[in-house]
Amino acid sequence: MSGRIAARFAALKAEGRGGLVTFLTAGDPDPGTSLALLRGLSEAGADLIELGMPFSDPMADGPAIQAASLRALAAGATLPATLAQVRRWRADDDATPMILMGYYNPIYSYGVARFIKDALAAGVDGVIIVDLPPEEDGELCLPALEAGLNFIRLATPTTDDARLPAVLRHTAGFVYYVAIRGITGAAAADDQEIAAAVARLKRHTDLPVAVGFGLRTPEQVGAVGKIADAAVVGSALVQLIADNLDGDGRAKDGLVPAVLGQVRSLRSSLGTAEG
Amino acid sequence: MVYNPAMQKNSYRTGPDEQGHFGKYGGRFVAETLMPLILAVEQAYAAAKSDPAYQAELDDYLAHYVGRPSPLYHAARLTEHFGGAKIYFKRDELNHTGSHKINNCLGQILLARRMKKTRIIAETGAGQHGVAAATVCALFGLPCIVYMGEEDIDRQRPNVFRMRLLGAEVRAVTSGTGTLKDAMNEALRDWVANVEDTFYIIGTVAGPHPYPSMVRDFQSVIGEEVRTQMMSAEGRLPDSLVACIGGGSNAMGLFHPFLDDADVQIFGVEAAGKGIDTGKHAASISGGRPGVLHGNRTYLLQTDDGQIIDAHSISAGLDYPGIGPEHAWLRDSGRVNYVSATDEEALDMFQLCSQLEGIIPALEPAHALSHVAKIAPTLPADHLLVMNMCGRGDKDVFAVAEKLGVTL
Repeated sequence: MSGRIAARFAALKAEGRGGLVTFLTAGDPDPGTSLALLRGLSEAGADLIELGMPFSDPMADGPAIQAASLRALAAGATLPATLAQVRRWRADDDATPMILMGYYNPIYSYGVARFIKDALAAGVDGVIIVDLPPEEDGELCLPALEAGLNFIRLATPTTDDARLPAVLRHTAGFVYYVAIRGITGAAAADDQEIAAAVARLKRHTDLPVAVGFGLRTPEQVGAVGKIADAAVVGSALVQLIADNLDGDGRAKDGLVPAVLGQVRSLRSSLGTAEG
Repeated sequence: MVYNPAMQKNSYRTGPDEQGHFGKYGGRFVAETLMPLILAVEQAYAAAKSDPAYQAELDDYLAHYVGRPSPLYHAARLTEHFGGAKIYFKRDELNHTGSHKINNCLGQILLARRMKKTRIIAETGAGQHGVAAATVCALFGLPCIVYMGEEDIDRQRPNVFRMRLLGAEVRAVTSGTGTLKDAMNEALRDWVANVEDTFYIIGTVAGPHPYPSMVRDFQSVIGEEVRTQMMSAEGRLPDSLVACIGGGSNAMGLFHPFLDDADVQIFGVEAAGKGIDTGKHAASISGGRPGVLHGNRTYLLQTDDGQIIDAHSISAGLDYPGIGPEHAWLRDSGRVNYVSATDEEALDMFQLCSQLEGIIPALEPAHALSHVAKIAPTLPADHLLVMNMCGRGDKDVFAVAEKLGVTL
């Protein structure tokens, strides 16, 4: 079912390198700049794209992504606007997997069935919903899987072997391993811990494993790219947006090149598996 | 509504089901990092509940440390003033620390000790829960971190000082809008980062399962005592119950033991702030709709896009954009009547109660008294009405003085 996601991980495997997954918040800092960023990501080296759906109360996110959500909301972001942004981007890119990431309430408010239908129509391949653990699979996970929308689950250091099968059972596309106990943007775990965790996941699933939370630098991404199928970078890119705003919170001219330049540099750290 | 065998039709007191649902409300909407811990709390609480030693220890502290049972007091002058129903106050403002919050904090910290947790976190709005959490942490020698919105820190200065005096660290929350909901977000972020050693003492009947039912159980001592006390005072059960609602813990504590007594009318009073029509209020039921926040599905103040709206109330303790999921279910089932009172009505009652009864109520129960003022005159003299005086107003005197234009 996973379509573009499976195809992309197959291509990465053939290339013999780990993939780069980038996270940005939809509509941050304004709709136009956000669309320009999205349109440049693939060419700059993003293999998969995660797009955050802004929420007023992002409980699992650190200060950088909280601020991004508030900026986007202040600039008028809504769930329909996020879906429209994906639709416009998808018109020019039929290959890069698009994963929406966020919290459940805006989707619940929009209507689950309507969301699944509209997300698929816009060209969304998968969703990551932070506050929907397996215990709440009936809400969105099962209807999404039935409709052909990948439901990508987070596995964490606290997900022990007893619990892991339940977490993986209805996961599709790939597994997102949260490398730390904590919120987005916190300090990274060390490579050995991540390697052990990825090996543990691989014993339980054939799905690709992406690792995120706490990865900032090309060096970290390069190291994780050798251990896992993909590395996710979010807060560090979102922080670059914050760093390139003027005193009134408007995007400076250099914002898009700064973010995409960083994506290039992250991507360049992911050589071949041998390299 | 999905068929739910655990919620029997002939009783309102059997919820939640095993998944923590009250009808469609409740649940466990939390990040995976927290999920194993939530399950551990649920298991530990289930074990504690059936352990007589745990209950005996809790009862001992409630009697000798908190001062329970709190009196059931006939408010004769207010009864005369309103000219109708016979008004009783359940005096939970006389508890150690000045509110009902201590009932819950004691239950939870004894559980945290059983779970060998060594660090306590809490969120607070008015500071009453923060003070109660800091108190039990001092009692048991555990470090305590209280998250509090910076706006609330400003309007509840006496409580901030009390918490610090008790040895707690009060962390100002500036994220989001800097109020109670953001304090709860920040506490959840702390918990995610410190799952191994930390116990989160949630202050109200909200959050992921098992918190709503666990906090309800700890607060139900209020209603249980009222049953006994009213039987001995009047030889029968009360005719109506009134309590204010933010998250809804004092109300649930009073209501729950009476839910299956069909003749007892029950009123929950939300904060209408400047008025429901103005949009500046904290009445999740009167002015909100169902959504998912802080681990549970319940009525929330939210935009058309599902973004949470800031609550407004003169009372920091009611200033929350949600309500406990069991209240949401009781609302839909029609068992409890949910009404509201404005800032101005609460301010009037704050003064009236002080002058006629010599009891300075907290601004929270002053909202409940506003509804008593509306219904008591319409009721006969033999109608027994119990209002939960869930907190005392010492913490509010600075804020009220300012509202009344008095410089202290």
